[in-house]
Amino acid sequence: MTEKNYHIKTDVCVIGAGHAGCEAALACARLGFQTVIFTMNVDSIAMMPCNPHIGGSSKGHLVREIDALGGEMAKNIDKTFIQSKMLNKSKGPAVHSLRTQADKAEYSKSMRQVLQNQENLTIRMGEVVDICTEEVSGEGETQRKVTGVRLFNGTIYECRAVVIATGTYLNARCLVGEAITETGPSGMQRSTYLKDALERIGIHTRRFKTGTPARMDGRSLDYSKMQIQRGDEKVTPFSYSTDPATVQIDQVPCYLTYTNEHTHEIIRENLDRSPIYAGIIEGTGPRYCPSIEDKVVKFSEKNRHQVFVEPEGRGTNEMYIDGMSSSMPDDVQQRMYRTVPGLEHCVIVRNAYAIEYDCINANSLKLSLETRKVSGLFCAGQFCGSSGYEEAACQGLMAGINVAQKLRGRDPLILKRSESYIGVLIDDLVSKDNREPYRMMTSRAEYRLLLRQDNADLRLRKYGYEVGLITREQYDHVLYKEKAIQEEIARLKSIRVGAAAENQAYLRSIGSSELKTAVSLAELLSRPEMNYEKMKGIDPEHCPVTDPEISEQVEINIKYEGYIARQKKQVEQFNRLESKKIPEDIDYDDVLSLRLEARQKLKELRPSSIGQASRMSGVTPADVAVLLIYLDKQRAQAKEAEKQK
Amino acid sequence: MALTYDTLQNDTIAAIATGITESGIGIIRISGPDAFAVGDRLCRGRDGSHVFSSWKPGTIHFCLITDPDKEGGKEPCVIDEAMVSVMRAPHSYTTEDTVEINIHGGVYLMNRVLELALHNGCRMAEPGEFTKRAFLGGRIDLSRAEAVMDLIQSDNEFSRRTAVEQLEGSVSTEVKKLREEILYEIAFIESALDDPENYSMEGYPEKLRKKCADLIDRLDHLLQFSESGRVLKEGIRTVIVGKPNAGKSSLMNFLAGSDRAIVTDVAGTTRDTLEEKIRLGDVILDVTDTAGIRKTDDVVEKIGVERAQKAAKQADLILYLVDTSTGISEEDRYIFRLLRERISAGTRCIILLNKTDLPSRTDRNDIAEMFRFIAPSPKPEGSTRVVNYKRAEVIPVSIRTGEGMEDFKAKIQQMFRTGEIASKNEVFLSGLRQRTEARSARDSLKLVVNSIDSGMSEDFFSIDLMNAYTALGRIIGEAVEDDLVEEIFSKFCLGK
Repeated sequence: MTEKNYHIKTDVCVIGAGHAGCEAALACARLGFQTVIFTMNVDSIAMMPCNPHIGGSSKGHLVREIDALGGEMAKNIDKTFIQSKMLNKSKGPAVHSLRTQADKAEYSKSMRQVLQNQENLTIRMGEVVDICTEEVSGEGETQRKVTGVRLFNGTIYECRAVVIATGTYLNARCLVGEAITETGPSGMQRSTYLKDALERIGIHTRRFKTGTPARMDGRSLDYSKMQIQRGDEKVTPFSYSTDPATVQIDQVPCYLTYTNEHTHEIIRENLDRSPIYAGIIEGTGPRYCPSIEDKVVKFSEKNRHQVFVEPEGRGTNEMYIDGMSSSMPDDVQQRMYRTVPGLEHCVIVRNAYAIEYDCINANSLKLSLETRKVSGLFCAGQFCGSSGYEEAACQGLMAGINVAQKLRGRDPLILKRSESYIGVLIDDLVSKDNREPYRMMTSRAEYRLLLRQDNADLRLRKYGYEVGLITREQYDHVLYKEKAIQEEIARLKSIRVGAAAENQAYLRSIGSSELKTAVSLAELLSRPEMNYEKMKGIDPEHCPVTDPEISEQVEINIKYEGYIARQKKQVEQFNRLESKKIPEDIDYDDVLSLRLEARQKLKELRPSSIGQASRMSGVTPADVAVLLIYLDKQRAQAKEAEKQK
Repeated sequence: MALTYDTLQNDTIAAIATGITESGIGIIRISGPDAFAVGDRLCRGRDGSHVFSSWKPGTIHFCLITDPDKEGGKEPCVIDEAMVSVMRAPHSYTTEDTVEINIHGGVYLMNRVLELALHNGCRMAEPGEFTKRAFLGGRIDLSRAEAVMDLIQSDNEFSRRTAVEQLEGSVSTEVKKLREEILYEIAFIESALDDPENYSMEGYPEKLRKKCADLIDRLDHLLQFSESGRVLKEGIRTVIVGKPNAGKSSLMNFLAGSDRAIVTDVAGTTRDTLEEKIRLGDVILDVTDTAGIRKTDDVVEKIGVERAQKAAKQADLILYLVDTSTGISEEDRYIFRLLRERISAGTRCIILLNKTDLPSRTDRNDIAEMFRFIAPSPKPEGSTRVVNYKRAEVIPVSIRTGEGMEDFKAKIQQMFRTGEIASKNEVFLSGLRQRTEARSARDSLKLVVNSIDSGMSEDFFSIDLMNAYTALGRIIGEAVEDDLVEEIFSKFCLGK
């Protein structure tokens, strides 16, 4: 470009101000780097264009982890939620999951304020149309490094690192039946030119799709025909820094209703007008939260599907019709929604629509979320092929952290599958074949008994502290908590109680069975019907721990000791493979005994460890063994060469 | 899911370490951190005392091998007398703590002792795993690394093939069914956890308890079945085929070194199949001579032909004799179809162009032509696959004069050493491996029942169900991949 371009110098540019972009920008700025966050529209910062929830099964875990590492999402939803529920409360602690309904406008506004008040951070409206790079004599595949970004208006921001978090905006188009608009979510202007710029530097994109249901005027709905759904009486905050007293608010209810055969009939009759079934959509959509068309076609044996009617916020009467996302034309939408009890006279404010957008295959990234081809270019969020606000936010945070680590000349922070859902998510995205927008699920985490939402701080605060997003004080609290838990467990194991009459009477009174011989307090606590509170009547020291956060951990650790020990053993085995690193410059053609399929896959994905290689499809245990031996051989040869010098 | 990478030197493995031998002594090798503990459980003095702990590393001792679980019971617990050597890390082949149990040979006894070791804390060694550990422990020098890597790859291919082949059709169908049913339950639990407002688990534990009881019963049945159905044979199942009078019986006699089969110049002399155990260097062949394959109306011979076809289907190695003095006949074409099918299915084949001492009417080119032009039979297994002709070795010989027969013998031994053909002994062991997995699946299901009975919540069930699923997958050589996520999405409609 010529001199007429205006140049501005900064450290980091973040493209996109959705949930990923916000976390990335905040992390970089908080770690001391001059950061500019670009958005197509300042009014759409941290917008929630789809469902009005934060959290839910396994997604709630992600939010907790973001908080433990020093991200913003948990704090922001604690300030702006309007209903909160702990899911799976009757199940084991590993699958308890917090889900909140958000006030969408407030959430967005509050996050915008956080960004605006953040030192080192500038918000800039404008479309980024090019990534500036220069050639480098790098190792392996890396041939270029990032030097800046160019806006549509020609201005160039020179920088040392870029995070791309374009979400669903890149080359987006929205479909309501035959009515197709070239817009991003919720009618926002899409980003058009970046795709070609990416292709020029060797970053290839693919097309995914997703969808959202209609929003309705709340005054037109008949709630008396629906079941009311309230939040928990006692709300648990998402953030470890939120005072639980501040979240005990007046909550707003949601409502439950159902589709019926009549609804399904209308859908079936009009399938040829659905862009997906008519073949107009090319993108690959997610199989979870399928559109109502998909539900009716794929689960034809079900004669009804759940529909949750949820408020979009306190300051609006718009209601979100959860469970009925669709890309049918408006006339079909009007008719099908009206078959649902309570929606007979509904007035649609915003149509349901399907949205197609460009994203990358995250197989081209390192586990740090940096592209392998361009040094300093990081990617996060839906742009990496995920779906969901929480999935996006945690990637944004990790990309931001790793930008900072890189600029400070430190090793990237790679969370392991065995220590976090974030680690599972990023590893899955980077190492596995994903053919649809990726959503987190508890079943994807092999070691979920250890990765609970209640211990995210114990698992991850130390990383947040090492990186610099968690204060010494916050970290000291975790260390104190850890110690207190261990001490209390040891105490409960060491004290034994006998079959004294008052003990037996107490046990009877709380519906537990009497003692036959003396047992430790820990053994007693591991009875299914016991909890720490009930132990008070039999513990000679009357359960000295008063902090519920600590007693909860003590209880979980004792009650599930056997299971936890088994998982820990598996993790040990897992970590042994993880710790075997594969050098970046490995020449897979030199590993003769690899099968062709495995060789191709390894060359394509270039895993950083044997563990990562072992999870790639197309790589067998025998290939892994071959690789291990090859690496050992290389190492021994290097050592020998060293000796001869 | 479950990581069982054998290259990790963290568990204790056991296997029969001696090669294929008819000789009197067999060695069961146990290697790994718990090797001494396992030795202590199995070895007893004549008076039944624990003797192992008193033995110094680097020594060898006489003792009795006993089944510790049967001690004090009515059944006899002594398995065999043995010489046991004790080697402490790193002074062993694998560089790990190692116990070697030398017992009187015999496949049955060796397997009995091996099963004991597996039952008492060992995992079945993967093919070549001792060597692998030796390498990783620095015992083997670099120049052999490539060979080890090749070995792993070919062993893997081999065991995958045999694991599936070896299972009777009905067994593998049953294992697949069991897996499907388990996966469905996991997917249901996971869906209900993911979308608790949509899928209720009301009353589910009782249902699952019944299901598990049923699965456990079926696994027990399967285990009994495999226990009784096991065949104690050793050697490579070898079948000689060829049209009548191609010299099959002569080959048999040549191999056996005696006149076993009746050999005449009249076509169709061998009317049944003959079996013979034959030793070529370090290879043992279980050779079956078949009636010449030809379309026949003669009832007796027809039965023989059917048996020959059946034998060919079960064979590890097929020796096909072509009479080069008569040229390719209709019967040869018929055999070619059969061969084609078997080669496609992975069976190794050696084609002997016999009677080089007589004027030749057939050569290598004719054979290659045959493979090219013979159309697949109506319903061949794997007919869509391209036949790899390299799997069929062509060697010109004269059995009568002995010309080319040394090449032939050398070829068989080479195929054996490279693992292209492998002996029944190993096949038998992989059967043992499969039983171990089936037992482990059954035990995991029992843990599920325990969890249900002790009132654990549903999310705990799926952990052990997954272990059972994975173990069964290893029986039929299937990796886990993303089965679960697929199943969840295809069977359950997740909403919110």
